[in-house]
Amino acid sequence: MKALLMMGCPELPVQTAVALYIANKLNNEGFEVTSAGNKAAISLLLNSDPEKHYIKKVMDLDRCIGALAEKEMDFDLCFVFIHSDSGITYLATVRSLSKAKTVAVIFGKDIEPLIESSAGSIIIAAKAVHNPTPLRAQIDGVKSWAALTK
Amino acid sequence: MNYEILLPNSGFKECADFIKKNFKEVYYMPPGFKIFDNYLVGLPPIPLAVDAGDVILPYVKPCHGCFVLRIPGGGEVERLRKGKVGEG
Repeated sequence: MKALLMMGCPELPVQTAVALYIANKLNNEGFEVTSAGNKAAISLLLNSDPEKHYIKKVMDLDRCIGALAEKEMDFDLCFVFIHSDSGITYLATVRSLSKAKTVAVIFGKDIEPLIESSAGSIIIAAKAVHNPTPLRAQIDGVKSWAALTK
Repeated sequence: MNYEILLPNSGFKECADFIKKNFKEVYYMPPGFKIFDNYLVGLPPIPLAVDAGDVILPYVKPCHGCFVLRIPGGGEVERLRKGKVGEG
């Protein structure tokens, strides 16, 4: 099973923490996890996990969109990190290009419009900027991510 | 790449509406459509316009939102005209 973590701008601190947390869960379930993001998002991940216990494979966000569009790769499960309108556009793009089941990981201060715009995806959402605990609680509520791909 | 920003730092919907409202020759493409060596990101169908030999398109940057850009069209104008996929 293959999973993608798609990250946008890392301006909200919870993003990196939650990405590492989800990556760990997915690794433990046997997923092959790829993390895609812009340069800053990937740099934060790699600096937080220097020995690559959680983050095994990374790629540039634009390259990832290109590879999905060209059908060079695909995933079973895709987590899109969303705290702004840009995140919604990436979610819509992944839904167009991939057969993956999509999970919208929504955070920030104004999450209601983002939740509305993510209808059709599995939603993990909490008002969170610095503290990842509310998002962790929702992630822990899913007992098996692999089961969602079946 | 040589480009002009027609609408800066906006939401995707604002950018799409801007293109539909301000240009006559509008084509609708799916996310992932390749143009100017970039793959389109956005909510389908994504409007792109042709005007005076230029291509007008929405361009999403993760940290800065969506922009409407005007780019000299070159061969992409003909590709857009041939690749028209619907009226949105």
